[in-house]
Amino acid sequence: MSLPFILFFVFAIVAVVGAILLIVAHEPIHSALSLIMVMVALAALYLLLGAEFIAAVQIIVYAGAIMVLFVFVIMLLNAGVEERTNWSKIAKYAGLPLGIFLLCELAHWLARSSIGARIANGSEGTSAAVSTRALSEMLFQKYLFPFEATSILILIAILGALVLAKRDE
Amino acid sequence: MSAVPISYYLVLSAILFGLGVIAFVFKHNIITIYMAIELMLNAVNLAFVAFARAHNQLDGLVFVFFVIVVAAAESAVGLAIILTIAQNRQSLNVERVNQLKF
Amino acid sequence: MEFIAQHPVLVASLVKIAILMAVLMTILAYLSWFERKIIAHIQSRWGPYYVGAHGLLQPLADGIKFLFKEDLTPPASDKFVYTLAPFLALTLAITTLALIPFGPATVWIFGYETHLVVANVDIGLLFLFAITSLGVYGVALAGWSSNSKYSLLGGLRSSAQMISYEVSLTLSVVGVLLLAGTFNFNELVTSQQGYYLHFIPRWRIVPQFIGFLCYFTSAIAETNRAPFDLPEGEQELVGGFHTEYSSFKFAMFFMAEYANMVTVSCLATILFLGGWLSPFPDRWTAMQYLPAASLLALAVYLAYDTFAQMRGFARIQLAVVTALAAVLGLLCLLPAVMPVIQGPFWFTFKMGLLLFFYVWTRSTLPRLRYDQLMSFGWKLLLPVSLLNLVVTALWIVFPQLVNHG
Repeated sequence: MSLPFILFFVFAIVAVVGAILLIVAHEPIHSALSLIMVMVALAALYLLLGAEFIAAVQIIVYAGAIMVLFVFVIMLLNAGVEERTNWSKIAKYAGLPLGIFLLCELAHWLARSSIGARIANGSEGTSAAVSTRALSEMLFQKYLFPFEATSILILIAILGALVLAKRDE
Repeated sequence: MSAVPISYYLVLSAILFGLGVIAFVFKHNIITIYMAIELMLNAVNLAFVAFARAHNQLDGLVFVFFVIVVAAAESAVGLAIILTIAQNRQSLNVERVNQLKF
Repeated sequence: MEFIAQHPVLVASLVKIAILMAVLMTILAYLSWFERKIIAHIQSRWGPYYVGAHGLLQPLADGIKFLFKEDLTPPASDKFVYTLAPFLALTLAITTLALIPFGPATVWIFGYETHLVVANVDIGLLFLFAITSLGVYGVALAGWSSNSKYSLLGGLRSSAQMISYEVSLTLSVVGVLLLAGTFNFNELVTSQQGYYLHFIPRWRIVPQFIGFLCYFTSAIAETNRAPFDLPEGEQELVGGFHTEYSSFKFAMFFMAEYANMVTVSCLATILFLGGWLSPFPDRWTAMQYLPAASLLALAVYLAYDTFAQMRGFARIQLAVVTALAAVLGLLCLLPAVMPVIQGPFWFTFKMGLLLFFYVWTRSTLPRLRYDQLMSFGWKLLLPVSLLNLVVTALWIVFPQLVNHG
């Protein structure tokens, strides 16, 4: 068991455990904390795949800003333990196995794909990290229009959040 | 040192996506459902990064960047909507918001 | 010994981490002494004086008090999150120091040649900001899990303040990044070598003075220090997010705050003040005796103080400190140690200067009200940081524009 394998399994297990805790937790704040755990584990997996900049962006934006918003909203709304309601029997007893079946189906077909056999690195044994310069050149030259479009999208989101949060005077 | 095959990352992505779907379908709280959506987006990001490494192209990473940015914008508006709904209906249970007219 | 030979990187990293933790814990403890002494002297009083000579054992007394206090937990709180919050705050605050290089020279640990940094990451600056942005959780979760109105309000206000000033913090640094062209800390420092006009060092504070001011103001607000410390002001909110914490968890919050201060000062030193570069040119080899000279001067002053002013047990303690200072000063004269100690000496000197500014502003400026604080961050600091960024970018691109246009 070489070091990349051990690291992969450690972070993969942390991610899956976090996702299961998200489902199982009674309080929303514990679900939020387990989702943060999943995101940090995924950032570590991005590092293993050589995408350093994306790992840093994931932690700064996703785990450090979006999830802070979630935690704020949970704290403001004082969201407590979820109430239980009556499910229909079909949903409870047929839904969960079907969900797990979907999961296994996806995993099976992805594992058998032709891409799957390729090793994680381009060449034998060397893991070349993607340089930020190359990524930014592609972002600002080939994908310049989507980049500017997302800036307008963020402006629209800010305006939308402001309008929604405004109290009627 | 041998490296981890890409299929391992894809299987992990599928597992996380499936768990996100299960959480989305089976939870009551609006905020927890929204967090399940973010979990699904993260699983898809992992698949993109894995494919970017497999093909040695950077387009996958740029797409992950855009997914993260769009998720940020969407969560800002979505959480504002959730706050408004919670103030109007006084409940965070998704079953109580199933009518257009109160 | 075979294990050491087979895994040199791992063993060297462990040794460096051990040394860093030991030095850091001492610095954190004595930073509280430093702060109390300076605030006291600015306010024309003495500060800690009786617990050990010149109050030097005060941090030890505080530590013992914190360890032996009763550890209360609010009855209706969320136990897991309540215990997690201070650990999270302290861990994240200390982790960032692994990325910072303290000097250029190479040292030999167990025969393995290595640099004075625990982890030399290519995108070190970006990772440091990532870990800093996770630091909001310690405060927010502490406020929430204490199950008390004041704590929740203090926690929400404090975390809103932190995420607001994080934006201008990162934007004010981008000017430096544009000029240097790299995220790597070592290269950020080495790109500041050389002199303007042969006597002004080419440190980034000279072209990026506004950036430095924006950065330092945002840093004071980010670490919840005065004059931006309304969320933990004693008079307004009973103590804010750490009201319900006692004994060791409370101490952990304070250590986390000091560790954040140290991290932000280290970052300002590297980005703006030239890191471990000496302001004197390398030709002036006499300046290499400066660390030893300053430590020996301190030993002489302490010796005078021991014999002229102290009495009794304080005299013995001060004699011990004098001996320690003299030994360290003589150690810096050894030819094996002298080139290695230059970098860390200047780094520590500049960092100490910035920490002094921190304490100085704390004792001088009045506290900002919360709405003043937020409008200052969003309406003044953010536009100024953006303007700094745009002007720097234009200044870099200008020669190309003139050539093409």
